[in-house]
Amino acid sequence: MGAQLRVYKRRIQAVTATKKITKAMEMIAASRIVKAQRKVAASQPYATELTRAVTAVATGSDANHPLTTEVETPTRAAVLLITSDRGLAGGYSSNAIKAAERLRERLASEGKEVDTYIVGRKGVAYYGFRERKVVDSWTGFTDNPAYSDAKRIAAPLIEAIQNETAEGGVDELHIVFTEFVSMMTQNAVDARMLPLSLDDVAEESTRKGEILPLFEFEPSAEDVLDALLPRYVESRIYNALLQAAASEHAARRRAMKSATDNAGDLIKSLSRLANAARQAEITQEISEIVGGASALADATAGSDK
Amino acid sequence: MAAELHVELVAADRSVWSGEATLVVARTTSGDIGVMPGHQPLLGVLESGPVTIRTSEGGTVVAAVHGGFISFADDKLSLLAEIAELADEIDVERAERALELAKSDADAAAERRAEIRLRAVAVR
Repeated sequence: MGAQLRVYKRRIQAVTATKKITKAMEMIAASRIVKAQRKVAASQPYATELTRAVTAVATGSDANHPLTTEVETPTRAAVLLITSDRGLAGGYSSNAIKAAERLRERLASEGKEVDTYIVGRKGVAYYGFRERKVVDSWTGFTDNPAYSDAKRIAAPLIEAIQNETAEGGVDELHIVFTEFVSMMTQNAVDARMLPLSLDDVAEESTRKGEILPLFEFEPSAEDVLDALLPRYVESRIYNALLQAAASEHAARRRAMKSATDNAGDLIKSLSRLANAARQAEITQEISEIVGGASALADATAGSDK
Repeated sequence: MAAELHVELVAADRSVWSGEATLVVARTTSGDIGVMPGHQPLLGVLESGPVTIRTSEGGTVVAAVHGGFISFADDKLSLLAEIAELADEIDVERAERALELAKSDADAAAERRAEIRLRAVAVR
């Protein structure tokens, strides 16, 4: 076998191995999307009921709770950025990071300081490499988050918003995550969690045509709100984590599918080249034999004379 | 037909139980409360403890909830809890083991969780 042909053969082998791996990753991701979607759906009833309850308290009482009233001049905002732990998911993490950068710029232009909280190794690495300050970060569960993870993340955020701004607290709470629209579409979005913009929430419930009844609060509206809002934040974070996980798997599936396709194309063109190289080798061998034979024939014809 | 109320018992990551009931008894921070059809709209904070649901078929469903809320309006009652388990789902032996472990480790939160589980089973 010629040197050229051997090189092609070796490359085809390497690409085939890569293709097998990406194909396996694609299938694993595809099966996990379904699981992740199911988790998103399972968490929906709790989130809906909780939002309804929060709306009911916030609109049904004149409670002036620090978590629902907007500060006149907000000076600090916390941003929670949700990225993935692992790569090989196309532009998934970098899109989320870019969305966070845009939000950060917007908040900065409004004269707010930004405290960053990060979920996922990719985001931590990005901020670490640029030596940016990160208040807190969590890693190790982005592909399959549990409610306890959301609770762990929410705790310092709730504490920060309850503190006075002068003592290191924040006035606003934003979250950046990748929304799962469909298998093919996932968007990096940012949303303000707190203070609650009641207009949005109220609008949503009136759109659905339900009139909120006048609730009796047990023990009191303030106490209910006090207990409700941390749960609300946790549930929002949990929902965001689940959607982000589903998006991560979908993004990985797509990235791995195109990697598999590319590997297939590469194998095809490499085997064409290998065939051409083999053919060239054969042609050369034939012409060498023919050349050698005719030289021999010429030589014997000469000696006969 | 006797009046009924629709009950949704949901935990953070799943819907635990839903169905029609005639009476729901739960413990709020200011005391036990029983809700029957036609009750005034209510929103309360739940204590960790057992919740008893009397179904319209005459059966009784007991669940252990760990913190959460009760909200009632238009004969629809929702019980929201971070963690909620039906008494039938609770593994008594495991809860007892967890209780002992929590006692020896002096883990107050785990001890309370295990106790609530056992109480819910006892009510059943």
